[in-house]
Amino acid sequence: MSFFVARKLVKRFGGLTAVSDLSFFLEKGEILGVIGPNGSGKTTVFNLISRFFPLTSGEIFFKGTRIDQLPAHKICELGIGRTFQVVKPLKRMSVIDNVMAGAFLRTNSIGRARQKAEEITDFCALGQYKNVEAKSLPIALRKRLEIARSLATEPELLLLDETCAGLNPRESEGAIALIRRIRDAGITIIIVEHIMKVMMGISDRILAINFGSQIALGKPQEVAGHPEVIKAYLGDAHA
Amino acid sequence: MKNKSVLINIAVLLAALLVPVVIKAPYHLHIIILIIIWSIIGTAWNLLGGYAGQVSFGHAAFFGLGAYSAGLLKFHFDISPWWGVLLGPIIATLVSLPIGLICFRLRGPYFALAMLSLGEIFRLLFTNLSNFTNGARGVMIMPDITSKMFYYYISLFILVLTLFTTYRIVNSKVGYYLVSIREDQDAATSLGIPTTLYKNLALLPSAFFTGMAGAFYMNYVAFIDPNIVFNLSNVSVMVILVVMLGGVATTWGPTVGAAIYIFLGELFRATLGSANVLVFGVLVCLIILFLPNGIVGEMNTLKRLVRRKKGLPGGERNEFLRG
Amino acid sequence: MELFGQTVICGILLGGMYALIAIGMTLIMGVMKIINLAHGALVMVGMYVTYFCFQEFGIDPYFGMFLSMPVLFFIGCLIQKYMINRLVEVESILPENQVLLTVGIMLVLTEAARLIFKSDYRSVATGYSSSTVFLGGMSISVPMVIGFFIAMVFTFLLHLFLTKTDLGKSIRATSQDRDAATYLGVNASRITMITFGIGSALAATGGSLLLPLFYLWPDIGHLFTAKSFIITILGGMGSTMGAIIGGLILGMAESLGATYISMGYKDMVGLVIFLLVLLFLPGGFRSLAKR
Repeated sequence: MSFFVARKLVKRFGGLTAVSDLSFFLEKGEILGVIGPNGSGKTTVFNLISRFFPLTSGEIFFKGTRIDQLPAHKICELGIGRTFQVVKPLKRMSVIDNVMAGAFLRTNSIGRARQKAEEITDFCALGQYKNVEAKSLPIALRKRLEIARSLATEPELLLLDETCAGLNPRESEGAIALIRRIRDAGITIIIVEHIMKVMMGISDRILAINFGSQIALGKPQEVAGHPEVIKAYLGDAHA
Repeated sequence: MKNKSVLINIAVLLAALLVPVVIKAPYHLHIIILIIIWSIIGTAWNLLGGYAGQVSFGHAAFFGLGAYSAGLLKFHFDISPWWGVLLGPIIATLVSLPIGLICFRLRGPYFALAMLSLGEIFRLLFTNLSNFTNGARGVMIMPDITSKMFYYYISLFILVLTLFTTYRIVNSKVGYYLVSIREDQDAATSLGIPTTLYKNLALLPSAFFTGMAGAFYMNYVAFIDPNIVFNLSNVSVMVILVVMLGGVATTWGPTVGAAIYIFLGELFRATLGSANVLVFGVLVCLIILFLPNGIVGEMNTLKRLVRRKKGLPGGERNEFLRG
Repeated sequence: MELFGQTVICGILLGGMYALIAIGMTLIMGVMKIINLAHGALVMVGMYVTYFCFQEFGIDPYFGMFLSMPVLFFIGCLIQKYMINRLVEVESILPENQVLLTVGIMLVLTEAARLIFKSDYRSVATGYSSSTVFLGGMSISVPMVIGFFIAMVFTFLLHLFLTKTDLGKSIRATSQDRDAATYLGVNASRITMITFGIGSALAATGGSLLLPLFYLWPDIGHLFTAKSFIITILGGMGSTMGAIIGGLILGMAESLGATYISMGYKDMVGLVIFLLVLLFLPGGFRSLAKR
């Protein structure tokens, strides 16, 4: 079985079907990009994987274990980290304390947590801000803090939710470079983004969804040229 | 830096030990003992409310349970109420277990309301179960010891124990986890923190020490009734005010808050007569509007402002785990 | 059977008046998303204003009410503007400090009343206070009937105000989505202030209607805070209709409880129901209907 498998995911909110019959898998070390217009169900997929929402039906397997019945905090313990589209910094804690809060998942010692947090803040180029309170960081750094914090939990699979949204081009490039470094460190990544350009550059494969169902899945070039994808992004006239 | 703060703590403790040598008037010692009782409850509340961010409006339940454990030992079994100082916290902790499991389903103000109604339910329960609790008539004991100095040292011991325990908890992994939960519960969950478990880990010691304070109160004051120990405004709300005045999520905040509150309370009662609660109420509003994080809490902000102006290093220094 | 009928009718009549007070609370909660523990104290102040008019000038409570309403509207606006609204700018670790501020306000109002009127139990002795009408074999108190009908009229007027006028629509919009309302040009801070004023005025009205039926003393506010909370939680927050249903349920439960259960446990039953609804029916009884 593959490293990560999602099989026939369905999520309904009352009468609204946010995700319908979505299946995909990942191999270890891969970057899977998930694209789709606003409201197409990308973030819902993340919330389903990380168990912030329960599935209506479907199955999720991680390293051969079924995980869709586990409580949310267990998912992280098993090695799936996530970031939030709307960043959720631990506002009144310093950057290093934020990252330590993640590092404590694998250790009980303050010294070891701090040491690991130092390494990770440096890795994410946050070293110079480590004693700054999270609430006074600008958005680009907050997004990076989200990544640093979840890296500290030693994930094998990382779910990145709109890491580049709201960043200027230079900041985006920094973020993309960071994502590449994370992949080179051996971490498998699913990334949600609606900026096509970002996704084309870094994804090994792309999953395009609209109205919660798959419209295309494959190599970036294939997906970008797929008529359904063009229709979803640009409207019928261009298809 | 660390040695310095250890030295300061030892100095404070020594000074505290010498207090009854200097202050001999029973009335003054009585005030100080009251301050210590409130410091204990405040410190215990602060662990759950300040650090973990779960604001309980029902800590009177644990205080009352502790007090009644001691009182009823004497009342029913003629056992020394001092055993209650051990039994009370245990009972309060046992009761807090199901309370935590049920009420932590709720977040924020809804948790506060649930705890508020639980505190009131306990008050009514202890008023109505008159066969067991002697109802509204309350429980009276004849204390064997009348020396204020004795009570002072016992209460001081409990306070030191409470401060030490919460300090150890706060400055550990658990402390980091509690503050993470307070700052953002979803983020905490995403970092693999079992939030309900850790909230309970804050509630249990909080209930334990509040119960111990209650049991000591029974021994010291020698009379309780449900309207005294399960009182909403005079216990549950009072403890929140003590912590807010002193400093939310600070080690010394509750103690500072208790000292100022009891002192001002006595002062108002002595000088203002029937208007004292009114002035108290005005004070509450002013504190919340102008010192939302308490004196100790805002002290660091003030210090930081001064440091920044002088351009000294350390202006951005993180004040550990605090706002 | 007659006792039962009489108990139920009394409960419904009382519940209608409670509902008016609770609607005041639910309006404020809806727009401001705050928990207002001073609501009962506002009821108490409203009752004292009406009482004062009666005692000093001999104005009948049902007319005094119309003086009490604007006074409380004004007090409500002041409290919102200069106290609760200021908290938005205060950076606090615990957002619950807002609840605590309303406790402070409650203390100030209660103690101010105690200073002026002392702790004595007071009541208005009008000609009709203790008169009753008979319906079959059941005797029903006249002030209850009058109070209930006036409460229903006010509820209906409020409903018209909220659905037909621009101001009312702005209040509902702010309650549903503050940011969106602001984008659409609603002056949210002014609306919030007015809502708090209206909520306080409704509290005063409900209190005044209950004045011929209850003894009045400064601490009576706690009673009404508890009742309004139970009603609001039962009926689902921010819902006028829910508040009416919640009010009727509470009125009947209280009335039946007082007749058939011992007095001591009566209050506890209410609290236990409150806790259970809070835990298991977060949307109030309305969420049952939706399932």
